[in-house]
Amino acid sequence: MAAEVEETLKRIQSHRGVTGIIVVNCEGIPIKTTLDNSTTVQYASLIHSLTAKARSTVRDIDPSNDLKFLRIRSRKNEIMCAPDKEFLLIVIQQDEQS
Amino acid sequence: MPPKQVKSKTAASVDRKRSKRGDGDDLTEMGDGTEQDDWMQAKTLVKPEDQLELSEAELKEEFTRILTANNPHAPQNIVRYSFKERQYKQTSSVDQLAVHFALDGNLLHKDSEEAKKQFNRMGLAETKEAEPAEGAEPSAAAAEESGGEGVPEGGAAEGGDEDAALAPATKAGGKEKKLTNQFNFSERASQTYNNPFRDRATVTEPPPRASFSSNVTQWEIYDAYQEDFEKQEKSKEKKVIPGRKEEEKSKKKFQISETSSDDITRVETAAKIVERMVNQNTYDDIAQDFKYWEDVSDEFRDSEGTLLPLWKFSFEKAKKLAITSVCWNPKYRDLVAVSCGSYDFMKQGSGLIILWTMKNPSFPECFFETDSGVMCLDVHPQHPHWICAGFYDGSVAIFSAVDKRDGAIHRCTAKNGKHTDPVWQVRWQKDDADNNMNFYSISSDGRICLWTILKNEMVYQDVIHLSLPDISAEGPDGIKVATTGCGTAFDFHKQKDYLFLVGTEEGKVHICSKAYTSHFIDTIDAHNMAVCWNRFHPKIFITCSADWTVKIWEMKDTMDKSEGADETRKPLFSFDLNNSVGDVAWAPYSSTVFAAVTSDGKAFVYDLNANKYEPLCEQMVAQKKKTKLTHVEFNPTYPIVVIGDDRGNVTSLKLSPNLRKMKAEKKGAPPVDEATKVQREIEKLEKILSMVRNQPTEATA
Repeated sequence: MAAEVEETLKRIQSHRGVTGIIVVNCEGIPIKTTLDNSTTVQYASLIHSLTAKARSTVRDIDPSNDLKFLRIRSRKNEIMCAPDKEFLLIVIQQDEQS
Repeated sequence: MPPKQVKSKTAASVDRKRSKRGDGDDLTEMGDGTEQDDWMQAKTLVKPEDQLELSEAELKEEFTRILTANNPHAPQNIVRYSFKERQYKQTSSVDQLAVHFALDGNLLHKDSEEAKKQFNRMGLAETKEAEPAEGAEPSAAAAEESGGEGVPEGGAAEGGDEDAALAPATKAGGKEKKLTNQFNFSERASQTYNNPFRDRATVTEPPPRASFSSNVTQWEIYDAYQEDFEKQEKSKEKKVIPGRKEEEKSKKKFQISETSSDDITRVETAAKIVERMVNQNTYDDIAQDFKYWEDVSDEFRDSEGTLLPLWKFSFEKAKKLAITSVCWNPKYRDLVAVSCGSYDFMKQGSGLIILWTMKNPSFPECFFETDSGVMCLDVHPQHPHWICAGFYDGSVAIFSAVDKRDGAIHRCTAKNGKHTDPVWQVRWQKDDADNNMNFYSISSDGRICLWTILKNEMVYQDVIHLSLPDISAEGPDGIKVATTGCGTAFDFHKQKDYLFLVGTEEGKVHICSKAYTSHFIDTIDAHNMAVCWNRFHPKIFITCSADWTVKIWEMKDTMDKSEGADETRKPLFSFDLNNSVGDVAWAPYSSTVFAAVTSDGKAFVYDLNANKYEPLCEQMVAQKKKTKLTHVEFNPTYPIVVIGDDRGNVTSLKLSPNLRKMKAEKKGAPPVDEATKVQREIEKLEKILSMVRNQPTEATA
């Protein structure tokens, strides 16, 4: 089980354009990362709070609903967050054309 | 009193004299001597030795002495501090009283309290003593005044009478007083011992404090309610099921094991989602094309269409293998199951069953490795996670996409009815009467088997033996051995469940029924390779073969074998594709569209409605020239075909609008339901067929 997941993460990491992966736990502390420390900490704290806010928004509107994933597309890259029950997976991918 | 005065004078004079003489201590002698003057006639002057020698003048000097009433012992200058003037001030007058003798007496005023009390005590005694007292008093008074007092005895008597009058009065008053003040009240007090006070204190440790803050939102309340609800449900279930304790224990164990497992595994779903997102980004343009792109040039070309290549799925392990079967998942429209094996007799190795999803073109969703090449595959229409597969070594197996086991759920063995030749096709059937799943398999050993899955095993049942009644081979001893035909393909009728077609290697197509195990309903001399019923029309089916042709047939109603027309029956349509045809498939959306793939890497799409003789689309699909295309399948919902080749690649292509023509609905007409659509399709085909039937010998290249 763990090996499969590890493999999946490796595949994502080696995919075209992906610059980094961060796994953040429910308290906002990064557990696993492929980026340097300062960037990781910054991303973890900022994205964690944003995801929490997004989730709160979705659920406030309809409590039986839940956030599936969050995509922030900017000029230079795209930040994709997939929240889980206990973890938050963040992947940063660069735009293909740029 | 003259005698006394005389005495005092003399005493005084004598004093004077004495002072003149001297201050010596022998004055007392002299004082006594005054009275003793008479006694002692002779008086000799004795001079002390230290007597002052004074002259006569000095002796006669008179010293005046003033007698005052001042107290010589009283202080003369008492000074008191005056706060008013803030200084010491001399008291003006000093008390000059000197007390020589003091004695406390015990006389009471007769009107005072104490006196009255005493009178009361002596009240009774007084009356008795009144008379003698009277007598005594006057006598006493007389005695006192005998020395010259002028108080008459009558006055004394009066006093006595008064006293007598007073006495009864006091006696009476005394009696009254006695009643009211009977108890002599006196205060008594006692003091108990007061315990001394002591202060005692202890200091306890303050309870630990922690600050807690939280936000409550609507969904948190909802979550809490859900949890509570679930707990209630669980508790209800537990009550129902006996042997609660064991379950709880086992549940606890499960929970423990879950929490202690590696953290990473719990990121699984999130990782999957993110992988798809990443892929979507990378293949963004393809995804956009898939969704939205329509070939505009189709408007100009009436009877031509194109196939737009979309994703290409390739798996490393499948690179050496050929795609042997393709099947779309009936429930999840983006999931396609692909089996990999090898058609080459010499090169037989392992096999693969891969599940690809369009959402993730870079890695399979799920795959199973097998030891033998997988030749065919089918996904159960009702239970989309069950996949049955047939192998090159003749066995069949069932896989579950949900179950994470590495291998098959069930696999038949040599004892268990394994085919002796490769299994070319498998098909799921509807669940039988006992709700068991079952499927059919066909193999080159000439057997069509029905496999039923009971709880723990697979049970097989031979349905049909494909025998060749006409031709029988000569055995070594000259005995006629019934040869068995080799089945290569079969397909079940869409509407009539019991009816199915079988294609054989000898080139015959048999129409069979589940009910008849040895007889065929019909046999058509066709060719081998794939067979496929038309989705809409109940009687049309299509076949393709390595003889470069694709033929469309119609099934006759009667079972007239005697007619002999069977052997010479001709296909309705026949198409020549210039190369051996690997697979053919009908389109799900139209009764007149079908696709075929050939060994030279080309895909053909025909629409009988548009053009009866030529394909609408003839396109090179394979990347490299020498790849053969082995299978083709239409997606039930999306306008996509998936084509497998012999290099393990699966290519998806989008059909251009011309290839997807359906009967246009009239504007304003009510929405068409399924049955009507089907009817329309059938009518469309019938129209074409009727044209063809009029010229039955038409066989075009």
